[in-house]
Amino acid sequence: MPLARILLTRIGYGILLLLAVLVLNFTLISIAPGDIADSIAGDMGGADASVIAEIRARYGLDQPFLVQLWRYMAGVFRFDLGYSYFFETPVTALVLERLPATLLLVVSAQVLAIGLGVLLGVMAARNPNGALNTLVTFLSLFGFAAPVFWTGILLIIAFVSIFPIFPVGGMRDVTVEGGWLAQALDIAHHLFLPMITLASIYIALYSRLARAAMQEVLGADYVRTARAKGVPERTVLYKHALRNALGPVVTVAGLQFASVISGAVVVEAVFSWPGLGTLALQSILARDTPTIMGILFFSSLVVIVFNILTDIVLRMVDPRIKGG
Amino acid sequence: MTKPPDMLAPLDAAPPLAEEAPVRAMHPAREMAGMFFRNYPAVFGLVLLLAILAFTFVGPLYHPVDPFEMVWAPFSRPGEEGYLFGTDYLGRDILAAMMAGGQVSLAIGLAAAVISLVIGVTVGAFAGYYGGWVEEALMRFTEFFQVLPTLLFSMVIVALFGASLLTVTFAIGVVSWTAVARVTRSEFLRIRELEYVAAARSGSAKDGYLIFRVILPNALPPIVVQANLMVGSAILFEAALSFLGLSDPNVMSWGQVIGSNRPYILDAGFAVAIPGFAIFLTVLAISLIGDGLNDALNPKLRQR
Amino acid sequence: MSAPLLDIDGIVVDFSTRAGDARVLDHVSLDVAEGEILGIVGESGCGKSMTALSIMGLVPQPPGRLTSGSIRLAGRELVGLPESELCDIRGKEIGMIFQEPMSSLNPVLTVGEQIAESVRLHEGASPRAAMARAVEMLRAVEIPEADLRAKAYPHQLSGGMRQRVMIAIALACRPRVLIADEPTTALDATVQAQIFDLLQDLQRDMGTAIVLITHDMGAVAELADRVAVMYAGRVVEKGAVGTVLSDPRHPYTRGLIACVPHLEPDPPAVRAPLLEIPGVVPALTDLGRGCAFAPRCGSRIARCDAEKPPLEAMDGGHLTACWVARA
Repeated sequence: MPLARILLTRIGYGILLLLAVLVLNFTLISIAPGDIADSIAGDMGGADASVIAEIRARYGLDQPFLVQLWRYMAGVFRFDLGYSYFFETPVTALVLERLPATLLLVVSAQVLAIGLGVLLGVMAARNPNGALNTLVTFLSLFGFAAPVFWTGILLIIAFVSIFPIFPVGGMRDVTVEGGWLAQALDIAHHLFLPMITLASIYIALYSRLARAAMQEVLGADYVRTARAKGVPERTVLYKHALRNALGPVVTVAGLQFASVISGAVVVEAVFSWPGLGTLALQSILARDTPTIMGILFFSSLVVIVFNILTDIVLRMVDPRIKGG
Repeated sequence: MTKPPDMLAPLDAAPPLAEEAPVRAMHPAREMAGMFFRNYPAVFGLVLLLAILAFTFVGPLYHPVDPFEMVWAPFSRPGEEGYLFGTDYLGRDILAAMMAGGQVSLAIGLAAAVISLVIGVTVGAFAGYYGGWVEEALMRFTEFFQVLPTLLFSMVIVALFGASLLTVTFAIGVVSWTAVARVTRSEFLRIRELEYVAAARSGSAKDGYLIFRVILPNALPPIVVQANLMVGSAILFEAALSFLGLSDPNVMSWGQVIGSNRPYILDAGFAVAIPGFAIFLTVLAISLIGDGLNDALNPKLRQR
Repeated sequence: MSAPLLDIDGIVVDFSTRAGDARVLDHVSLDVAEGEILGIVGESGCGKSMTALSIMGLVPQPPGRLTSGSIRLAGRELVGLPESELCDIRGKEIGMIFQEPMSSLNPVLTVGEQIAESVRLHEGASPRAAMARAVEMLRAVEIPEADLRAKAYPHQLSGGMRQRVMIAIALACRPRVLIADEPTTALDATVQAQIFDLLQDLQRDMGTAIVLITHDMGAVAELADRVAVMYAGRVVEKGAVGTVLSDPRHPYTRGLIACVPHLEPDPPAVRAPLLEIPGVVPALTDLGRGCAFAPRCGSRIARCDAEKPPLEAMDGGHLTACWVARA
């Protein structure tokens, strides 16, 4: 099957998944006790039944479930995810404003984790008795067992009181002036600690995976063939072996995007990073359901897009993968 | 002429002489136990876990302090005035909170793991056993759950249905079963094709009997390993929810200690670092045990 | 006789295993002249493949190590050469093909790239020239539509085709020696014959010396000029194919020949059942003091259990390591 058709199938399937996410969220919200009208009324410090009924009518909450669902879905196709009464902004605008910060955190942490993890894994696989191998084992235990907020808090404590070179909160410093480069450097400066914190979980995972895959691949017959051709060891490692070992790492990394976004929610809370996670927390505490749904929708969309991208990368790495 | 085996094969072991050398006569369970106990990290994990259990369940007998009661000035450092772990922002004894909170964290971890295990094994078993459209539908269902960022989703559940012990446990269990389902399915796919199962299938055996009595027991090793890891990740999950303030405020848990002291980390880092360290140790112990179980239960490794 | 092209002299390879140290190669001496085909025969585990890896400097270490001996290629000592110089020799001076064509090619690289890589490395050819050579080599190993196949990945080719690709890789830089380690074991009988024909043709065209490692006496009889029989890490008999096959002195060689029905020197009047040598190759960790073959040998004498027989010239014109044959 040509790549274009596989991609189209994937995208179509992704849209179906998104619709399923919408239906699930909508159902959950409608079976949950209380609704927006109650929250708004609560915000106003209590209201009588007629006011609540009026709010219900304004938000369409007096309609049957299916009608509400239909209206919502129809809105989504026009990129209209409703209106947040709490932030007094359309949800789409609200989410899109916060999305780049989360994407920056998630993607940079993934790139760092994959890069460093693979590098550590390769070097550890090369020398099974070396210190690096022990380091990978310890890292992988630490990465799985350490709660991500704990890692973040330890880093904050360390960088505030011992080694104050990185900011521990927010995404930019309003006092920084200058062109885009100065701004970008400022963001990178703020990004460092959250990125390290989030990546710590995945560096562990990927280094262990890469080590296992490399150990297997290094024993493969084609690696012996490459050596018998006189290929220098470095090229054997990074050209012949690594490309074969990357498959499992890329597959797992692709499956991790949903989990990385989850981790980002916590990391954002630790470092006051102004992304979707902090927005989610705010809107959950405010019972701002349109915003919560919008966040779930957009984060699922991000996961689906990354899954499709992973699929493409996997096909570039391994020509044996065919079909959808 | 048969294909010659690996050229190093004769080095590793003398050729097996079936009648003369009954080397593998040991009972498999004892052999696995032996394998596990020779794995020092796993034994360390087991001892660590037992110590944590003793701390949380036996500890309160020797340190009968109400974790919600204000006992001293807020933020006394660990060791001050005889408070081993110090006091939190409300002047409550962190040692007592660690003991009581440990019980809750471990219980939630276990219960949530059971929920996700039940869902995951059911979905995986049916998908792997029936194949065809059943498998297709169930695996699409699993993929659907993989697309939702788990923490966000469980945050929503907790927010919508209220932060009680029950909803938190349920929210964790219901979002984290996908890995179990995948493992179970692939084991079922493998075992389904084995001769004795194929034979039983072609006979008159009922599906339910085959799934739960014939295949499932043989598929257990990787599921056991996965279940063990589930407990660890459920504890982490609960801690993350508590940290974000989405846990039952009336129940003390490790995550609760962290979440309630979070605004004060720069003044009293210990109030957050100590429960965090406890979670770290617990999950570390569990994953060390998991690695040991994996090695002991994995027949491929055992033959090495 | 002029100096041999490849001269292996008394190499010893030890492996440390959990069961103790194993002597995988015990003073193996072999030589190959230019344009000659040397067959090395023996059961699996006898050290044939380890001999090949030793020549290539690819003995996996740890656990293995080449303890003593020398390997000279056209007079140049290979043992102890730094890795970078060995890399220059592998694939350029000595090519090697392996027995598993299904798994010996890198699944993520095109076959053309796998041939061209060698050419680029050893001859500093440009990518374009190297790829042209790759296509040329694919043609030389009689792969149809070579220019298209060069862009194919290994999984798109059959086993026989893949082994042809392996041969193309090994011969791409026109090495002086080609080591073929069980090149046809994994292939169908008809494909086996084709590969052997191909090897013979290429050898005639290029004048490459071939070390053919096999467990199949039939293949040796057909292709090789000289033969060395190995058992438990030692050469137990070697000489010209004609004399060894017609007048085998070592009981093990006789056993191997008896395994191939039409090779027996004087076929018995009554067709005996297909023979096999009783017993198995011993574990190399517990070889006794005596001849390693003694436990399986039908004609053993007391001395066989006490002392290792040295490899000595027999009156038949070849070398044998056997007390009985000497007596």
